Amino acid sequence: MDANDIKKILEALLFITEQPVPLKTLETLFDPPVPREDLLGILHSLAREYAERGSALEASEIAGGWQFSTRPEFAPWIRQLFKDRLTYRLSSSAMETLSIVAYKQPITRSEIEEIRGVEVTAVLDTLVERKLVRIAGRKETVGRPLLYATTLDFLRAFGLKRLEDLPSVESLTPPGAPAPSEALPAETLSSDIQN
Amino acid sequence: MGDNLGTIHTPAAASGADVRLENFEGPLDLLLYLIRRDDLDIYDIPIAQITREYLSYLNVIKDLNLETAGDFLVMASTLMLIKAQMLLPSPEGEEAEGPDPRAELVSKLLEYQRYKEAAALLAAYNEKAKDVYYRQAPLPFAQEDFALSASVFDLIGAFQRILEEAPKDVEQILRDEIPLEVKIRWVLDLLAEKESIAFEDLFTAGTRRLERVVTFLALLELIRLKQITARQADVFGPIRLYRAEGFPLKSEEGSLKPHGR
Repeated sequence: MDANDIKKILEALLFITEQPVPLKTLETLFDPPVPREDLLGILHSLAREYAERGSALEASEIAGGWQFSTRPEFAPWIRQLFKDRLTYRLSSSAMETLSIVAYKQPITRSEIEEIRGVEVTAVLDTLVERKLVRIAGRKETVGRPLLYATTLDFLRAFGLKRLEDLPSVESLTPPGAPAPSEALPAETLSSDIQN
Repeated sequence: MGDNLGTIHTPAAASGADVRLENFEGPLDLLLYLIRRDDLDIYDIPIAQITREYLSYLNVIKDLNLETAGDFLVMASTLMLIKAQMLLPSPEGEEAEGPDPRAELVSKLLEYQRYKEAAALLAAYNEKAKDVYYRQAPLPFAQEDFALSASVFDLIGAFQRILEEAPKDVEQILRDEIPLEVKIRWVLDLLAEKESIAFEDLFTAGTRRLERVVTFLALLELIRLKQITARQADVFGPIRLYRAEGFPLKSEEGSLKPHGR
């Protein structure tokens, strides 16, 4: 099987998938195996081909995997087609709640409320319903409260390849303010991108 | 559950209107707003001044019967406690000063401020990513955002001045009810005629306190439903209300429902 065959196979897979396919998964499909670096090289050349051809589609690396997306200039037509499925953008309180979940996941509702100083039950429900936040388990404390984490759709909606693409909380610290006491442990985040 | 980012229960009367506005920012947000507005030093907050300012906003929030009022009350008592602690002489015999009673509040404010910034950052990311579509992915952010450009606190601040001019109702003896729906329709009809109105002009018609409160609630509801927007040319400047473009401005029953999915 030469690189051109592999490229066609990848093209078919990226076209049909509803979720970004991780490189790891693509790797398992080939027998005899194709080295990961080769796959990555072919994916990039596929992406380049689409870009050079001026296609309406883009092969993109997003949310921990690869998938075709439409180019931004076609958004108005897509919205027109899916008119009845549109929803509003998130309110600022939903965005604040989402950013706390993104940075401090997994986190309980009361921990979020501690930071925001307001009740967040309904906002969290909305975020879960919109598949931006998921229930990631229970905290082993009194009452075993639910833990919340972000989803793959969250990464996709915000154009992130992975959670580590978010800038660190320290870099968000306003000038003159003391550094936050706790840094963001990168490993806890990377393990959480699976939906 | 549909679009539940903010739900207003509308019992016909405003006197006991139980308003839930989850879009409504909380007490920490109000404090940050006041600190920014008055250009205060977050590390050295003049606690007497900020408590006074905070309480004057709280009065309006209580008037509106917002469900979140409880959170605001808790913060009010925290502020008053800090104020009291700062007035007390440090414990006898202690030479060195104790910990600053404001320290805990300040660190909470700073942490909250960080996540507000993170939220702004996410919004910017979304702005870049919102036009990219994937097969079968939900379309969560497809519609233009008609959220407030003037913040809720700007609105409340403006409303506070209007309430001050209003004569006190004769202690609710004249408790005739003003349905929220009627006021909503009235505001929509006003905006059907002209493109925008000054915030203050909404309140020239009804002079009674209760009526003003209902008008204000109608305004918040319409903003939530993205039928109108509140904008200001300058930060902390005067507020004008605009009808939201692209949304049919019908005042018939049922047209006020937000689009579901």
